[in-house]
Amino acid sequence: MKKRRSKILYVDHKFCPGCGHGIVNRLVAEVLEEMNEDKGAICAVAVGCSSLMPDTYGVDIVQSQHGRAAAVAVGIKRCRPDNMVFSYQGDGDALAIGFSETMYAAIRNENITVILINNNNFGMTGGQMSPTTLENQRTTTSPYGRDVSLTGKPLDVMKLMGTLDVAYLARGTLTDIKEITKTKKYIRKAFEAQKNKAGYSLVEILSPCPTNWGMTPLNACKHINQVVQSVYPLGEYQGGGK
Amino acid sequence: MTRKLMKGNDAIAEAAIRGGCRFFAGYPITPQSEILEYLSWRMPEVGGVFIQTESEISGISMVYGAAATGARAFTSSSGPGFSLMQEGISYIASAELPCVIVDVQRYGSGLADIFTGQGDYWQAVKNGGHGDYRCLVYAPNSVQETVDLTVSAFDKAEEYRNPVLILTDASIAQMMEPVEFPALKDHNQDALPWAMNGKGDGQNKRHTSIMYYNLDYDNYLKNKYDKIIEKEQQWEEIKTEDAELVLVAYGISSRICAEVVEMARKEGLMVGLIRPITLYPFPVKAFEKLEKVKYFASVEMSCLSQMIEDVVMAARCRPTYPIRGGMKVYEAEEILSAVKDIFAGNAKEVY
Amino acid sequence: MEKLIIHRESCKGCQYCIVNCPKEALTMTGPINIAGYMTTEVDADKCITCGICYNVCPDYVYEILEEEAKA
Repeated sequence: MKKRRSKILYVDHKFCPGCGHGIVNRLVAEVLEEMNEDKGAICAVAVGCSSLMPDTYGVDIVQSQHGRAAAVAVGIKRCRPDNMVFSYQGDGDALAIGFSETMYAAIRNENITVILINNNNFGMTGGQMSPTTLENQRTTTSPYGRDVSLTGKPLDVMKLMGTLDVAYLARGTLTDIKEITKTKKYIRKAFEAQKNKAGYSLVEILSPCPTNWGMTPLNACKHINQVVQSVYPLGEYQGGGK
Repeated sequence: MTRKLMKGNDAIAEAAIRGGCRFFAGYPITPQSEILEYLSWRMPEVGGVFIQTESEISGISMVYGAAATGARAFTSSSGPGFSLMQEGISYIASAELPCVIVDVQRYGSGLADIFTGQGDYWQAVKNGGHGDYRCLVYAPNSVQETVDLTVSAFDKAEEYRNPVLILTDASIAQMMEPVEFPALKDHNQDALPWAMNGKGDGQNKRHTSIMYYNLDYDNYLKNKYDKIIEKEQQWEEIKTEDAELVLVAYGISSRICAEVVEMARKEGLMVGLIRPITLYPFPVKAFEKLEKVKYFASVEMSCLSQMIEDVVMAARCRPTYPIRGGMKVYEAEEILSAVKDIFAGNAKEVY
Repeated sequence: MEKLIIHRESCKGCQYCIVNCPKEALTMTGPINIAGYMTTEVDADKCITCGICYNVCPDYVYEILEEEAKA
């Protein structure tokens, strides 16, 4: 089976060893190319590890303010309704500082796609606690483990958006070939929802962050399988059909 | 074109449409909400986009996205909401994208109050956001001028690829005056070489801080704003040629000052007025020829006299006096009395 | 005839490919690359060019191309 590197990935990215961003970058690139939407695609990229993308990712890219990628994407989509428009954000960006912009894009059922990389921490700034950090997980700002009596519980965006009338919601991961294939299918469905003008679509991807978790890449994947998934169950949450 | 009696805020909104703007995203706040209300029906009428956002932060972010596609994008707010937009304005300036933002000034800091004021001078003119950038700032003093400047703001924003602010106030925005509008302008977003529409068969476009790609960024930016300073200064001068004291005032204050000039002249006091129409760039050229002037006075509805720093610099440190307003629009008599104090040597210089 | 191409200069040594390879054709025995990472080697006799390594690699190390086209 021939496999050639996507033209969108025109230069090597700068993510850490074992980081899931590299895989998601590729999945989105392939989906856009397979749907023949790569030439019109426009991405609103977040601040965080994803803000490394403007240097390496070959679609039109707007560098959004921290947390505002969904709102920037809405501005783009409303002016370019025939182009595929997506935001690419981390959990800190989309769910902490950008909670309001993320939620309201969904509440208005804006016809955009949100790719949300959930690695349970603020990666770019050195591994601080984020809204999705697990209970008792140690980070540089929760050195004794996340104390949910003080911080509240980890934020489940699928539950949160489950009450809204949006087109597509799914959560995948990247821990092995089976999960990567499923995640790609979710991303494809999300973009198809946008193409069909069905409205808002979001794919959350549980992604290994070996650097900030202090694990080898392989152990980081094991950690997702054994621990993270029990807090954030995988699957399609809305619009998946049978 | 017939003249129409129209409220300042409605006139701004219609002027934006006439100027080719087809994208508005904003949030209600008094005394600006009429802009939102007007565009909520007017935008659909011309096939444009109107979005009532969840916050001003979201509004300016949508404007950022819309601007990236080459659309003429617009948002408006007042004091507290304008504060929330500063992050986005810095990003838009940094990415060199055009947009127009209206700040209808109200009075005071914090929640403040909804009546007229001129306390956002520092924030609008000196940058409310982070880093090195400036916004071209227009300060209209009538409804007609608001219209003219709003239309031209969209052209200037595109010419310099930079945000342009209209700094008006609750008085100008809420008053009704007769106005004439120019014909509806068509805007072709695809004619702009930097407008995003997907990469097509070429190289992808990026809108982010230009400092990442411009190797001579520091000089580039300085030259850009030097050019704006050189080319864009606008002002009106009234009886300055033989004046001993020149009042400097913008917006609603300038209308009262024009009256004060007449009253003072009748009493034999040689008073003139410089009315900055652009606050950035500040019209320093207006001051260059005023060699005979002994005193300057900055007349603004701000208890801390925000504009006076620019007046002192433009006047090259000649004696400059604050005539402070505040909770209400000045009475001409109050200003005249302050003018007399200056002539009599009873006023205190700002420095 | 398809062939697995390894772009070792992009490899960061995460080993996702090794654990996912159904034929155990990949090993961590390639040369150390210019960035200082250990890289992989393929046993061409075991490799069935299924593309799984391509699909799990975060760093786009692998491509599967027609042999003539490998350049």
